[in-house]
Amino acid sequence: MKTTEKTTRIKTICGSSLRDSVS
Amino acid sequence: MVKPFHKFKQGGNYILLDINNGGVHAVDGQIYHALDRDDFAASPEYAELIDAGIFDSEDDYAEYADMNVNAPLKAMCLHVSHDCNLKCGYCFAESIIEHTVMSPETAKKAIDFLIRGSAGREHLEADFFGGEPLLAWETVTQTVEYAKAQGAKHGKKFRFTITTNGLLLDDEKTAYINEEMSNVVLSLDGRREVNDRLRKCKNGKGSYDIILPKFRELVDSRKKTGFTDYFIRGTFTGYNLDFADDVLAIANEGFRYISIEPVTVSTELPFAIKKEHIPRIKSEYDRLSDIMSDNNGGWSFFHFCADLEHGPCILKRLRGCGAGNEYIAVTPDGNIFPCHRYAGIDEWKMGNINIEASPVNKTIKEYFSKTHIYAKEKCRECWARFYCGGGCNAEFFIFEGDANKPSEVFCELMKKRTECAIALAVRKALG
Repeated sequence: MKTTEKTTRIKTICGSSLRDSVS
Repeated sequence: MVKPFHKFKQGGNYILLDINNGGVHAVDGQIYHALDRDDFAASPEYAELIDAGIFDSEDDYAEYADMNVNAPLKAMCLHVSHDCNLKCGYCFAESIIEHTVMSPETAKKAIDFLIRGSAGREHLEADFFGGEPLLAWETVTQTVEYAKAQGAKHGKKFRFTITTNGLLLDDEKTAYINEEMSNVVLSLDGRREVNDRLRKCKNGKGSYDIILPKFRELVDSRKKTGFTDYFIRGTFTGYNLDFADDVLAIANEGFRYISIEPVTVSTELPFAIKKEHIPRIKSEYDRLSDIMSDNNGGWSFFHFCADLEHGPCILKRLRGCGAGNEYIAVTPDGNIFPCHRYAGIDEWKMGNINIEASPVNKTIKEYFSKTHIYAKEKCRECWARFYCGGGCNAEFFIFEGDANKPSEVFCELMKKRTECAIALAVRKALG
């Protein structure tokens, strides 16, 4: 999984899987 | 202001979940703790998160909740046997054990029913369940062949699955299962002494030493066929709250795909999971998570597998499962129920596939199709709602008397497992 460094204090592991999709 | 996030610390990381868009972020301690404040929305740390494009979504998914109401059928659980050759102390099917098996004729009518009810759907699923389905082996094989033939005739593709205790597995059955079943669920509780305490043969002896070599043979030979999916599926109870050791025991026997679930029985039974067990079970999930993070053995634990980048579609995320709507269960006498857990509860009988004029009870079907997260008061503002989908209707009906009232034990354990799954994915991503 590719991470994105939004700022030096926030690393995004995954962005918006729920939005993208639109047990 | 309702918090649009859930945060927790695990594995040395401060983890922030953006509830409404599914984003997962690792933040520093200053941001993490700033979000504890009552006026967190006024903090510079919150502003930094907003500037980074986090929390850009509302929960506006309710419109999708009605898109799956009265859906065409997709899957069927065939109770080909209401008989069993084990006597497990916690079996929820014990109350429906009638020592009967489903006739091939009834099973074929059920397949016809599924095809008729599937409308435009091409992909259908039939699950062989029990009791112990290997006791109705002739019905299983005839049904598979019939479904394939009818599927070809009607433009349907069938996927078959089976759940077995393994006692009757032999070379012929193993080969057939590996040839025809897309997935196979093999019941085993972990360590020998744990398994044999509750999974006993009719003669009172434990089943572990009989079934383990059969499962190993099935899994080893399965690698040579087109299907590779299987699960070793166990149950943990109040007797083994150290169940991480049972997961490890199964992994150490060479099995890769493992699932161990909390028992669901009356709290009056001595091995029941009770509310007071919740903290102990949560810490055990933490221990299992730590074991998994050091795991180089190539095995997985079902509940800790989260695909954060894709995951289920929105329609699936709004419901725990399709029971009573796109999924039904059929018992040996042809009666139709919302799922295998409702089987035998007369008030939830939806019809009978042997009676030509018997319609499916549309009131029940509609009721289940509307048991989504927006219908469950407890779920509407729960941070885990898009991972859980509102949980297991049957479990809530059994314990709370209402499918729309999630039980505390279920919710607390579900949320903990979700945190562990997310934390493991974060640990993996950060290296």
